[in-house]
Amino acid sequence: MAVTRGVHPTIAVLERHLTLYRRLWQASVFSSFVLPVLFLLSIGIGVGGYIGRVQGVDYLSWIVPGVLASTAFQIAVGESTYSVLGDFKWVRAYHAMRATPVGPADMVRGHLLYLVFRVTIAVVAFLVVVVFFGGLHSPWALVTPLVCAFLTVSVAAPVMAFAATIDHDSYFSLLFRLVALPSTLFAGVFFPVEQLTAVLRPLAYASPLWHAVELCRAATLGRAPAWPALVHVGCLLLWAAAGLFLAVRAFRRKLED
Amino acid sequence: MADQPLIYARGLVKRFGEFTAVDGIDLDVAPGEAFGFLGPNGAGKSSTMRMIGCVSTPTTGELRILGMDAVHDGPRIRARLGVCPQLDNLDPDLTVRENLVTYARYFGLSRAESRRRADELLEFVQLGDRAGGKVEPLSGGMKRRLTIARAMVNDPDLVLLDEPTTGLDPQARHLLWERLFRLKQRGTTLVLTTHYMDEAEQLCDRLVVMDGGRIVAEGSPRSLIETYSTAEVVEVRFPGMPEAGPRFAAALEGVGKRVDPLPDRVLVYVDDGDAALAEIHRRGLEPSSVLVRRSTLEDVFLHLTGRTLVD
Repeated sequence: MAVTRGVHPTIAVLERHLTLYRRLWQASVFSSFVLPVLFLLSIGIGVGGYIGRVQGVDYLSWIVPGVLASTAFQIAVGESTYSVLGDFKWVRAYHAMRATPVGPADMVRGHLLYLVFRVTIAVVAFLVVVVFFGGLHSPWALVTPLVCAFLTVSVAAPVMAFAATIDHDSYFSLLFRLVALPSTLFAGVFFPVEQLTAVLRPLAYASPLWHAVELCRAATLGRAPAWPALVHVGCLLLWAAAGLFLAVRAFRRKLED
Repeated sequence: MADQPLIYARGLVKRFGEFTAVDGIDLDVAPGEAFGFLGPNGAGKSSTMRMIGCVSTPTTGELRILGMDAVHDGPRIRARLGVCPQLDNLDPDLTVRENLVTYARYFGLSRAESRRRADELLEFVQLGDRAGGKVEPLSGGMKRRLTIARAMVNDPDLVLLDEPTTGLDPQARHLLWERLFRLKQRGTTLVLTTHYMDEAEQLCDRLVVMDGGRIVAEGSPRSLIETYSTAEVVEVRFPGMPEAGPRFAAALEGVGKRVDPLPDRVLVYVDDGDAALAEIHRRGLEPSSVLVRRSTLEDVFLHLTGRTLVD
């Protein structure tokens, strides 16, 4: 009756998400790849034609790392809301896992690994397109997928904690309107945060998105980021660590009684 | 291990705030046994099952499953359990086969082993021809069979079934019982909750009746009937019921061991139905209809837990 230890429970959870994704990937191509490219064309080239240069580079090159990081941000937020709540409330997949050796930490980590996988595909595909627009200026661009992976965990983990805490999906509109959308607008994706009034700037500094945007921009343009790179990485790790702690705790509380 | 009970509970209590769902129960379930929890809604059956399944922590009391402590060895115990929950939680977006393979991986089975087990179990629950199909269009009975197959995927030492046939039509129930009986024959230890008396009689070697979080009776279906009921029951109806009911009930006093007046008929618990019937006629009573039947677990159940609706 000894069960052979063939696979870690975290990986088994990742596999479930990948099996589901195999059936749904076509639907995600538009939002995670086509949409960012359309964004780039419309704002980078269309709007950029009127703007000219920002911080010494053409607007398209300036906005590429912003769109890159915000693509990761969108996937991280979007895929940690309804799908997590649904696996508690409607599908009850987490309850099914709970009856097995899979623990709350495995559920959280498996989902995060899946999101890193999703984000990496989207980000790499986007980078390949951007090469043809001449949007990358340094071999350091190769580290941007890694930055986006960090960003994914630092955003998705706290959002998963939120999704596992609420009982009704109407709370997500608060998250989208009050957190996700302002983050995208004011975290240095479309314009430098120096443009923000001094009152608003700390909000950008607090956002994991801004730190990832700064790191990605430094990488694709081959220049130093606003703050020392290790500080940006540290902020992302802080978000990730706090998010993981909260998410595992929220999952445990949701499943125990 | 051999002489150790698979489930050992002493003074098991589960409270939710002020509400006591399980109020100090003792259990011993031996390997190979088919053990049932019988009781009305809210009796504490499911709460007990969830503690045995190590997904709910006992408030107080001792609980050992497979010789391990339920609170501290949860993952190790769950690795050797099969659970068929009351609410289906199959993955609707995965195929029938993927549901089993995915679940097998949660137990750490290799990919090849997971696939082999999935195919074998789909044959066992007669869903082989639906392997590549979605879960959503399956009937309630098929979904439940799939859930039972899923519970078997790790070749468990102990299978927990929480109301396995609730909501199924008679054909589906009989097919399921037949499959569960096969499991039992193979020596798998089954623990199930039910409020169907026929299910308990069909499947359980031994059962406990729970009411209000406590165990009110324990034994084999046969011994429970012998202890808490009589061999036969005479059901008599009279013209003019329900108004005339109490009068007839009084007139039947002494015919058997106990008289249970219902709105539409009077039940007389007796050892010999025909002798009782003769006595009824001798007393000059003229029922409009008479039914003599064997006592069932349902009589025991209603005697022990009362006829008042719980929910």
